Amino acid sequence: MAKRDAPEINAGSMADIAFLLLVFFLVTTTMDSDMGMMRKLPPTLPPDMPKPPPIKDRNVFVVLANSNDQLLVEGELMDISQLKEAAKEFIENPMNVETLPEKKPTEIPLFGTRQVSKQVISLQNDNGTSYELYIQVQNELAAAYNELRDQLARDEFGVSYQDLIDKKEKAKIKAIKRVFPQRISEAEPKDVGN
Amino acid sequence: MASKFKKDDGKGDPAISTASLPDIVFMLLFFFMVTTVMREVDLKVNVVVPSATEIQKFKNKSLVTYIYIGSPTEKKLGTSSRIQLGDAYAEVKDVGAYIETRRGEHDEAEVPLLVTAFKVDRETKMGIVTEVKQELRKVSALKISYSTVEGLASN
Repeated sequence: MAKRDAPEINAGSMADIAFLLLVFFLVTTTMDSDMGMMRKLPPTLPPDMPKPPPIKDRNVFVVLANSNDQLLVEGELMDISQLKEAAKEFIENPMNVETLPEKKPTEIPLFGTRQVSKQVISLQNDNGTSYELYIQVQNELAAAYNELRDQLARDEFGVSYQDLIDKKEKAKIKAIKRVFPQRISEAEPKDVGN
Repeated sequence: MASKFKKDDGKGDPAISTASLPDIVFMLLFFFMVTTVMREVDLKVNVVVPSATEIQKFKNKSLVTYIYIGSPTEKKLGTSSRIQLGDAYAEVKDVGAYIETRRGEHDEAEVPLLVTAFKVDRETKMGIVTEVKQELRKVSALKISYSTVEGLASN
């Protein structure tokens, strides 16, 4: 008697099962965005804290956003697209203009003594300002700082600021941040016209 | 020699083998299994996050607490912005307690690293967002993140 072959298992339905699973994962999958703008909130101050000394007007870059999503920057109506350049000029003050921030010589490791501007950006919005505009303003201001830091990184180290972050060169990043510290102060929102 | 030039005897073309089909499908399946992220909560509010360019990726997703703010998905609840914590609607005053319970789920050493992520609809007014931020300050949850998608600002 001839030896009988073991009967072949039909693998045709394997594809069906796999398709079923595939469809399940296709439906449940969400390419969730886990990106965001990291910020730090100021800690609550004890009520008996002495008032901080006033900051000179020339050192403060005032950005106001109203409930109609209009921007008032240093007393002038401005479009969001111009905010970054205005902020960059304010932070850097390349010509040492009288109306832009003062500078103070500071000892910084890696750079030696540098003129660091005493800039502060003050951001105030209305309760009726849209979240989208708020994020755009935050984004433009962050972009202003990042571009200045990037320029400095290229001038001093010959690499982009992002490269320094990627390579985790902490000392260099720290030195750059000392030259252009990100100082964005958010005032309590006002409630004018909703 | 008739057999040498035998005509088609009615068998037709040989069937294309589908044996490799499961392999291809499995490959796709594994791709989706690996990349998939199960939605952590059912969204009860409509959230379309704004876009921005200066953004970072979260280092550790398990340390992130999400706060959703947007208009309710159920029409009968109106259109004013609501806060969603976990699976349910909440009020501003509940935020502190929610952060505390989330802290309880983590090691004490991890607590200072916890991040609160705002998933806020772009149409939302800042008033409610600011109130939530003030609540977070009260419980010293100072690390926050505004969730955005990457891209140029749309305006």
